[in-house]
Amino acid sequence: MSKPLKQIHLAAHFPGVNNTTVWSDPRAGSHIEFSSFTHFARTAERAKFDFLFLAEGLRLREQGGQIYDLDVVGRPDTFTVLSALAAVTERLGLAGTINSTFNEPYEVARQFASLDHLSDGRAAWNVVTSWDAFTGENFRRGGFLPQEERYSRAREFLSTANELFDSWHGDEIVADPHTGAFLRDARAGAFVHKGQHFDIEGQFNVPRSPQGRPVIFQAGDSEEGREFAAAGADAIFSRYSTLDEGRAFYTDVKNRLARHGRGHDQLLILPAATFVLGDTDEEAGEAAREIRRQQVSGATAIKHLEFVWNRDLSGYDPDGPLPDIDPDLGEHSIARGRAQVRMYRDPLATAREWRERAAANNWSIRDLVIETGSRQSFIGSPATVAEKLNAYVQADVSDGFILVPHLTPGGLDVFADTVVPLLQERGVFRTEYEGTTLRDHLGLAHPDADAAGERAAS
Amino acid sequence: MSPSSPLIPSPSAALHLAVALDGAGWHPAAWREPGARPRELLTAAYWADIIAEAERGLLDFVTIEDGLGLQSSRAADPDERTDQVRGRLDAVLIAARVAPLTRHIGIVPTAVVTHTEPFHLSKAIATLDYVSTGRAGVRVQISARQNEAAHFGRRTVQHIRVEDMHTPRAQEAITELFDEAADHVEVVRRLWDSWEDDAEIRSVATGRFIDRDRLHYIDFEGRHFTVKGPSITPRPPQGQPLVTALGHQTVPYRLIARSADLGYITPHDPGQARAIVDEIHTERAATARAGEPLHLFGDLVVFLDDDPAAARARKERLDDLAGHPFTSDAEVFTGTPAQLADLLLEWRRAGLTGFRLRPAVIAHDLPAITRGLVPELRRRDAFRHSYEASTLRGLLGLPRPANRYATA
Repeated sequence: MSKPLKQIHLAAHFPGVNNTTVWSDPRAGSHIEFSSFTHFARTAERAKFDFLFLAEGLRLREQGGQIYDLDVVGRPDTFTVLSALAAVTERLGLAGTINSTFNEPYEVARQFASLDHLSDGRAAWNVVTSWDAFTGENFRRGGFLPQEERYSRAREFLSTANELFDSWHGDEIVADPHTGAFLRDARAGAFVHKGQHFDIEGQFNVPRSPQGRPVIFQAGDSEEGREFAAAGADAIFSRYSTLDEGRAFYTDVKNRLARHGRGHDQLLILPAATFVLGDTDEEAGEAAREIRRQQVSGATAIKHLEFVWNRDLSGYDPDGPLPDIDPDLGEHSIARGRAQVRMYRDPLATAREWRERAAANNWSIRDLVIETGSRQSFIGSPATVAEKLNAYVQADVSDGFILVPHLTPGGLDVFADTVVPLLQERGVFRTEYEGTTLRDHLGLAHPDADAAGERAAS
Repeated sequence: MSPSSPLIPSPSAALHLAVALDGAGWHPAAWREPGARPRELLTAAYWADIIAEAERGLLDFVTIEDGLGLQSSRAADPDERTDQVRGRLDAVLIAARVAPLTRHIGIVPTAVVTHTEPFHLSKAIATLDYVSTGRAGVRVQISARQNEAAHFGRRTVQHIRVEDMHTPRAQEAITELFDEAADHVEVVRRLWDSWEDDAEIRSVATGRFIDRDRLHYIDFEGRHFTVKGPSITPRPPQGQPLVTALGHQTVPYRLIARSADLGYITPHDPGQARAIVDEIHTERAATARAGEPLHLFGDLVVFLDDDPAAARARKERLDDLAGHPFTSDAEVFTGTPAQLADLLLEWRRAGLTGFRLRPAVIAHDLPAITRGLVPELRRRDAFRHSYEASTLRGLLGLPRPANRYATA
């Protein structure tokens, strides 16, 4: 007998500050006005998605010493938008990246606990650690952390926030007007945390929220990041949406769970994925090629090459061959405020490989950047996309996908209208929300479930 | 009055009215009253309902209290009491949650500026302005509590007892906190202006999304922090959302004068009101904001009933429940809506442009304001019959400010 079909989890990533988002399309709307967020969130909820996701960036990106102006620039505040979206949706999970470096645990914990109350249990936190002094210039505490302290601070930040979430148990508020007892216990919310990075004590002032703790996401890919996620995250926002890489990552991370005393289903793997739909596979393929050219203009191609070369390449013709000079191996200085720069750990090797590929295929700089960087994850007719997406999940590439449309705010509409019904027909995606909280949607236990079970058993 | 023309209320102009929302109301036993919904104070439905009620009364705005520690009946320390409302939600997030459900009323959450990042607060209030399409403000508040400092662990603050408030050492510590608050507001405001209104150009021809010459580093350097900028959030719909602060003495009056669009003060009679109004306007004239309009609202705690004896009796009953007579920094009014209307119109002759009423019991006194006081004021031609503007600045007669960085 074949194993039962896995249920797919789907999420919607509001189009971000990067060149995936095509702002030059006449259909592209505001990425700031709340009406765009409302449109996007309602589409995701209409399609019964698990959650909506907002990314964060705390300093405008710069390249060559100037604010980068080729992509969408600017975004609203994550917490504020998520809380407002709780007013225009009823079930959709509300997830946001919040950097642990430029915040303190008490403040972030009270914001997430508040969001969880105000959304009736739909909050999720993608815990990110940044450490660049460049972003730190916008904050009191600055941003620099020595390499060896980055994950230790992130780990302690999250564990401290969890201590704050857990400082209320949920039964403290009696609010009996007849006896006059509002609290059962004057020390409700008491906490003491003495650690390497945080030395705090007192009383947390947000009582227990519906989910107990927000759902915790983690996005790191390093050995430390994978361990961090295996130890305490509910889901990983991964970057591996292809068959082989995805399966390798999935297996690696899921195999770590047992060592942390956790079950296979207690950590979901959800890669980001892009898609292009058409009436036929051919139409979709043609549209995908056109979108990639919109995403990578000649100017954008030069800027992306500069990430590897770490040099000003503005004198090069994007329609011409790759530079024959080698990358500057000094401290990376050309682009600031970007995560992807760190992806090129060996710029000389990358440059060599790119030159060889460009020469072999007769590619220009722009062709090269398009071909190496931005091929969409799922391209085809709705049937093709539904088939492949389901096949990937059943093959343990992931537990679902965080879809990143290229258009704001309507980029999810066609997917919702055409692909989701096909997944529902196959019985691999919900037709109605079964629960009310994001933990319900993701099949995650309430954090008190184990403790309650232990209490009942004892 | 200064020739730099702070906002001078004309006696015939309509009053501005706000309500201050906190838990079940400002009386510590308010949560025990009928209709108080004490088990729903942490739900969106509760806040949506009471702010909808304020909007039904066509009030200018609501404020939402906040703090970085549990509520306490003591000024400087936790009180370990279990007979009063304890626990609250982040006020900015309450404001954002309610904004899409309302259309006209201004929403002004409290933000503690002592332990928090001006960069985060600036974009949060800018975003509140977007989600409310131009109805956001903020009430900035300092925290001098040791227990709240210990929640952050970044620094210690001096323990100040209320009875020592006027010693030079305490005044110096308080002055420092308010100076930092002024720096905080300065950063918040510069960040709001760090994008010019037309910075987003979406020029398909040149491939540029923004004109980066219309974005500005703010390069703020102060004693407590430096902030580079620009903001990640474009300039909000109002340009500068409303900045408000409460003051009881000269040091906070100075913050109102140099940083705020609107101040709340707590006089106990028209003479005191006149003196405070004069002090703040005189201070204002010496600041960089001289000439910018400044609203000064009187704060009052209100117990409203159709019969003055009923209002007094209700207060006494609540005091009995609480175990002690209710006291407040603000004047406590008990009486009828008509008596309150008379009082407000008398007090405003001292130079107040409006009032922020603190309902003793939200379930009772908020509807008494919207359904009792408001009609009384209308009868005296002193309150609006419909919302006349779509932004909070508009309701308050404040212009949309020019951008400090715009050169054209």
